[in-house]
Amino acid sequence: MSTVILLFLTGLGLAALYFLIASGLSLVFGLAGVLNFAHGLFLSVGAYATWWAAPRWGLALAVVFGIAAGAATGALVEVVLIRPLYRRHTEQVLVTVGLSLAGVALLQSVWGADPRTYPRPSWASSVTSIGSAQVPVDRFLLIGTAVAVLLALLAFLHKTRYGLIIRAGVENRDMVSALGIDVRRAFTLVFTIGGALAGTAGVLGGFYFGSVSPGQGASLLIFAFIVVVIGGLGSVTGSAVAAVVVGLLQQFVNYYGAAGAGDVSVVVLLALVLLLRPSGLARTAATV
Amino acid sequence: MKRFVPLVVLAALLALPYSTLRIPGVFEGGLNTPGTLQMLAICLVFGGLALGYDLLFGRAGLLSFGHALYIAAGAYGTDILISHFGWSLWASVAFVVPAVALLAALLGAVALRTTGIAFSMVTLAFAQVGWIVVNRDPGGLTGGEEGLPLDSAGLPSALVGVANTANLYWLALAFLLVVVVVVHGIDRAPLGRVLTGLRDDERRVSVLGLSTYGLKLGTFVLAGTLAGLGGSVHALIVGGASPHLASADLTLSLIVMAVLGGAGTRWGAVVGGIAYAYLDQRLTQVGGGLPGPLSQPLFVLGSLFVLAVYFAPGGLTGVLRRRERPA
Repeated sequence: MSTVILLFLTGLGLAALYFLIASGLSLVFGLAGVLNFAHGLFLSVGAYATWWAAPRWGLALAVVFGIAAGAATGALVEVVLIRPLYRRHTEQVLVTVGLSLAGVALLQSVWGADPRTYPRPSWASSVTSIGSAQVPVDRFLLIGTAVAVLLALLAFLHKTRYGLIIRAGVENRDMVSALGIDVRRAFTLVFTIGGALAGTAGVLGGFYFGSVSPGQGASLLIFAFIVVVIGGLGSVTGSAVAAVVVGLLQQFVNYYGAAGAGDVSVVVLLALVLLLRPSGLARTAATV
Repeated sequence: MKRFVPLVVLAALLALPYSTLRIPGVFEGGLNTPGTLQMLAICLVFGGLALGYDLLFGRAGLLSFGHALYIAAGAYGTDILISHFGWSLWASVAFVVPAVALLAALLGAVALRTTGIAFSMVTLAFAQVGWIVVNRDPGGLTGGEEGLPLDSAGLPSALVGVANTANLYWLALAFLLVVVVVVHGIDRAPLGRVLTGLRDDERRVSVLGLSTYGLKLGTFVLAGTLAGLGGSVHALIVGGASPHLASADLTLSLIVMAVLGGAGTRWGAVVGGIAYAYLDQRLTQVGGGLPGPLSQPLFVLGSLFVLAVYFAPGGLTGVLRRRERPA
């Protein structure tokens, strides 16, 4: 029983990371139609910014700095690189591909390819007992952050004017433009939000794995892509549900099955979902 | 006159191992030294792999993120049969290439039920499984992160040893030639025009009464088969298979090659593949001497690629063409 509890909470922790990456990816894709390969770079930038700042300014300020760095990278990429290629989707994908290759290489040239030990608050590395299980506290930090982000995102999307524009843009971008609203401002906004969430995921991923390396973002990104497709492109709630399913499936099958079986089972799940419901769990993007 | 340019280039490439020419700065040693020949052989293989990928990407408009899977399957399949099971080279290639074609047919049949970005994602996910399997080293078959060196006992003696590097070079050239003949043959045939039609307007092709699913699947299988063959040749040239062949980065670099050279054009992907592989190897050789991020080949190549998307949308071949015929 204690193993099941531990696996369950660890799976949810992983799901929280996936959700933080996938929700930004999903919004960016839903609204701007950009499949953002550079999203993993936003994550790594956030992670390294915090890692760099922690010994200088203290951890709390460093975390804020990391998230801000992720957000700034997202905004900068949108304004400088994505905007000139408006509506040319293949070129946009290609630019983000080039950016992810060059960005990871840049991080590698500055801080080396080897993983660096990540600073974390002392309370997050302690364990607490739930029933008979000893659970690391950082799992709750991840889960709590993801739930808070989910609620905040839903509130933003449903209660504010900008949220309304984003939801309308996901559903029918041309109509929003025709009504005289500059959708491209909303593009910058979703890239900034996505960058901030990816930066958060980078910091929390550092706590979770205990280390950071330039390629970390890219390896998480592939599972985040799977979460986005399973959840339905453009749907935040869909991403949340899919993240939980994928995280739990991966943890449990990896533990009880052969090594690597969990990762394979996630791909099988993706294939099944696409064959049975090609548009993902959420079916339509309108259910943001 | 221009029709003969490829033939002249081919003749020059065939005769290259007989030349002792030294080009300082471009190659470390003379042209016929084993080091230079192996480097050139890898360039030629990537020229062929990039053109095979461009059959999917530039011609049929299928943005697959999982092409590395078929290259890795060819390389590891051949390597495992020779090194672990003691098969002869020809028997293993004759078995592996059709097996890779079958794999591409099975996975393509599933992936092609989706279109657009979802297709890219499914192919990426399938390839990721290949990467995981290769790294987990099931039953000690793949050698995990270390890769699997090729056991030279099963190879014909003409392909073994440093003195025979020229033969490996010609093998790589032969592979490139096969891909060029196949892909350019398709370009010329009505099939080539149908593929372009699929890329530009799939609905219109299906209105003409053609089965777009079958056409796409056939193209996917053919590209996968060429990738498998290229993987086998690559394993022979570098003397083994490494997990890098199965990584998503390899597929991404194939995309970079095709776009840098000029996707969908006759020679674009070949030129892009050769140039990319050359820069990748050469920058690694001289990289230590360059300052900061310039020491990372991927930083240079990734930045070049981003610039090319903006300023040279037709790639290298597009730039050359515009210079030839000023508008």
